[in-house]
Amino acid sequence: MSVDFDRKIHGALANQKQQRAIQNATGKMKAGREAMVAPEILPDYQELRAQANALKKHTIDHLDHYLEEFERNVEAHGGKVIWAKDATEVADFVLSLARDRGAHLIVKSKSMTSEEVDLNERLEHDGLEAVETDLGEYIMQLAGERPFHIVGPALHKDRYDVADVFEKRLGVGRETVIEKQAAIARVRLREKFLAADIGISGANFLVADSGAVVIVENEGNARLTTTAPKIHIAIAGIEKVIPRAQDLAVFLKLLARSATGQALPVYTSFLSGPRRKTEIDGPEEFYVVVLDNGRTRLLPDRAKRQSLYCIRCGACLNTCPVYRRVGGHAFPWVYAGPIGAILTPQFLGTSHEPALPFASSLCGACADVCPVKIDIPRVLLELRSDVRKSEMREQRNRVEKLTFRAFAWIMTHPRVYAMAAPFGVAMMPARLRERFGLGDPPRRSFRDQWRGR
Amino acid sequence: MSRAAVLHRIRTALCRSEGQAILQPPPVRLRVPEVEREQRIANVCRAVEALAGKTHRAAATHGARDFVGAALAGCSAVASNAPFLAECGIGTLPGVRTGFTDEAALRAACTSADVGITSADYVLADTGTLVMLSSPEEARMISLLPPSHIAVVQASRILTGLDELFSVLPHPADVTSSMVMITGPSRTGDIEMTLVRGVHGPGEFTVVVVG
Amino acid sequence: MGNRVSLFVTCVVDQLFPQIGLAMATVLERLGYEIDFPEQQTCCGQPAFNNGYWAEARDMARHFLDTFESCERIVTPSGSCTAMVVNHFSELFRKEPEALARVEALRGRVWEFSAFLTEVAHVEDVGARLEEVVTFHDGCHALRELGIRGGPRRLLAHVRGLELRELEPAGECCGFGGTFSVKFDELSRSMGAAKADAIVRTGARAVVSLDPSCLMQIRGALARAGAPVRTMHLAEVLASV
Repeated sequence: MSVDFDRKIHGALANQKQQRAIQNATGKMKAGREAMVAPEILPDYQELRAQANALKKHTIDHLDHYLEEFERNVEAHGGKVIWAKDATEVADFVLSLARDRGAHLIVKSKSMTSEEVDLNERLEHDGLEAVETDLGEYIMQLAGERPFHIVGPALHKDRYDVADVFEKRLGVGRETVIEKQAAIARVRLREKFLAADIGISGANFLVADSGAVVIVENEGNARLTTTAPKIHIAIAGIEKVIPRAQDLAVFLKLLARSATGQALPVYTSFLSGPRRKTEIDGPEEFYVVVLDNGRTRLLPDRAKRQSLYCIRCGACLNTCPVYRRVGGHAFPWVYAGPIGAILTPQFLGTSHEPALPFASSLCGACADVCPVKIDIPRVLLELRSDVRKSEMREQRNRVEKLTFRAFAWIMTHPRVYAMAAPFGVAMMPARLRERFGLGDPPRRSFRDQWRGR
Repeated sequence: MSRAAVLHRIRTALCRSEGQAILQPPPVRLRVPEVEREQRIANVCRAVEALAGKTHRAAATHGARDFVGAALAGCSAVASNAPFLAECGIGTLPGVRTGFTDEAALRAACTSADVGITSADYVLADTGTLVMLSSPEEARMISLLPPSHIAVVQASRILTGLDELFSVLPHPADVTSSMVMITGPSRTGDIEMTLVRGVHGPGEFTVVVVG
Repeated sequence: MGNRVSLFVTCVVDQLFPQIGLAMATVLERLGYEIDFPEQQTCCGQPAFNNGYWAEARDMARHFLDTFESCERIVTPSGSCTAMVVNHFSELFRKEPEALARVEALRGRVWEFSAFLTEVAHVEDVGARLEEVVTFHDGCHALRELGIRGGPRRLLAHVRGLELRELEPAGECCGFGGTFSVKFDELSRSMGAAKADAIVRTGARAVVSLDPSCLMQIRGALARAGAPVRTMHLAEVLASV
């Protein structure tokens, strides 16, 4: 693996404080989910998962159709869809709109997609102020760090870390009481919400038959972001489409339960277009930026296409023994955990971090908890095969390839295997023997003993 | 704008052509249980209280008015233009301002008000969720800006859950630009997984069921 | 159904833990099965498959098909190897209809040992006796890929003198993952250590599992933790009298 990846993993495992924080936070979310999807509480759980998977599969298999339907309905309600093929086009659109409207201040609610395209950097580079309003994201923005977890961006920071960040970046007196820290953020961000020219949100779902974006949250910052400013821009990957508003009865039941163990999130917003003529408040302009940025690369391969079903609940992160030990920053890209391990190589190419698909014991816990039944281990295996194929093409890692070739040859020549294997065992390095608690090698293999029976 | 480029990439990857028909989507799955009225009301109260919200049951509109009046106890409030609130006489309570149709004036009022009072278009019994459709009668910010939210709702508007909501309202976009489902007070666990209420939205949440 | 059973002992058992294969044979014979051991057998190809070397894995898979497709029933003391054959061979051959057909014809006849006992032999009491306090480790392949959970517990419940205590947390990976344990050694050890801790917390003196590879990983972890807990394959428990 890359030195960087190795170092990050090692650093994470050595960081006891971070270990405890991740275990605590993900443990709570994991337990919350288990309680809320237990058969006594949600008897339909498996059926809902199957339905969610079927809906996502159908939609992705006909993605062009549903995106066009979505666009028609957005426009019918007075909004506009912007098609962005990459990160640059997202930023270009936001910047040109901001310039055109004389906008300076932007408030943002949680959007992994905007992280993906490094939107804030571009906006700030052009002199705009873009403020993250989700408490965890706000903390991370002030700290100058990337989010640590899809649902809990700052879960690795304790109250003292937050006190440090606020003291340094907001110029407030040192405050370590959590409720008071939240109050500081509330007051600061309230000002921003009410003064902002543009509100940028993500979207959990794009509803094709309604031209609506659906945003779920617990704090209320997404509601404020999409209500107070005159302009609302929602940014979402093209894969977020679902066919019908009625399908939300399936997805919403799964999303919050899988993410944090809540029956429903505190706020679910279903927004279609700017305010209607007789409505009193709400944005006057409504844009939905649908982003490709490499998603279309995941479409051709049927086995890998399911990677696009993800509804970003974070359940796979909370259950993964690897993520729970190394945390989000050990992963090379904005998406971490099992979903990150399959999206990153597909978006950025396997050579970005060739070891990433191998950083898994393939335990399958992620597939078990995924509300849309993505078979993550299956995709990991496909990616491993892809890595080996590109290594072969580029003549890299030849020794390992030859080793496995030799292994396969021996294993397809039983008489050679029968003779060679005991030697291999006898010559096993002491380090490996010790690693697996193996004593002296058995004097006779099974087959020898069986023959002697 | 890359509309054509993105669509082209999608179609190529999926081996689909423009305008090609699609297979039938999986049928809509809505399971609406049979729950009688009293049980629905009880479910709402239980669910809201489990989320640290408060509830009150009033047999008639004047009971609702009395309760809200007592709950306000001298605080300032903004009430929406919902006809049901008018029926309950909420607008005539001391400290309550209502009848706003101008956004700027409403925003100013909500920014300084202690309490926002609304009705709700529907309530979902199994989760204690208020369903609020933005309209001239219900502005969005009243349930959002003030630190406390009181909703006065008719018992007849209580549905069993999400499935029933999407059965009676399959196309929310036909009637509103914003449907918000509110389940309890605003909260976060972003710092040390410690629960804090009222981060951005209201930290106090009260549902008054009338009827 | 006849009473012929063919053993696929797996390369790990053949070379490192022959006693597991012998214990499995003992139990099956005690139940009246006639055992054969196709000598051509070697490896199911899982190490190559998991490492992305699918051409090599296909070679080994074809060899497995050649060796076993004429057998009535094949029993193996490994959840992961069973899952490899039953779930992953068809992925390997998805572009080869003929090989795929051979896989389809065979996969219904390949059984993980405990599942064979409970679902084919329909027995839960094999007449075993072992005075011991044990805990049970659910290997990920058996648990999640094959859905095996209750069967081994029912089999253990009928072992006279045996007390079974459940691990908390349950269902956690031991951290083996094949070459994961070597390439991500630190991570793997951390997972192994957590497993060893959980085992020690039960107070059990032995940990039982369906997978020899898990047992290897756990053995190393227990040794590093200085815990005097032994590892046993389910077959070894059931063979005890």
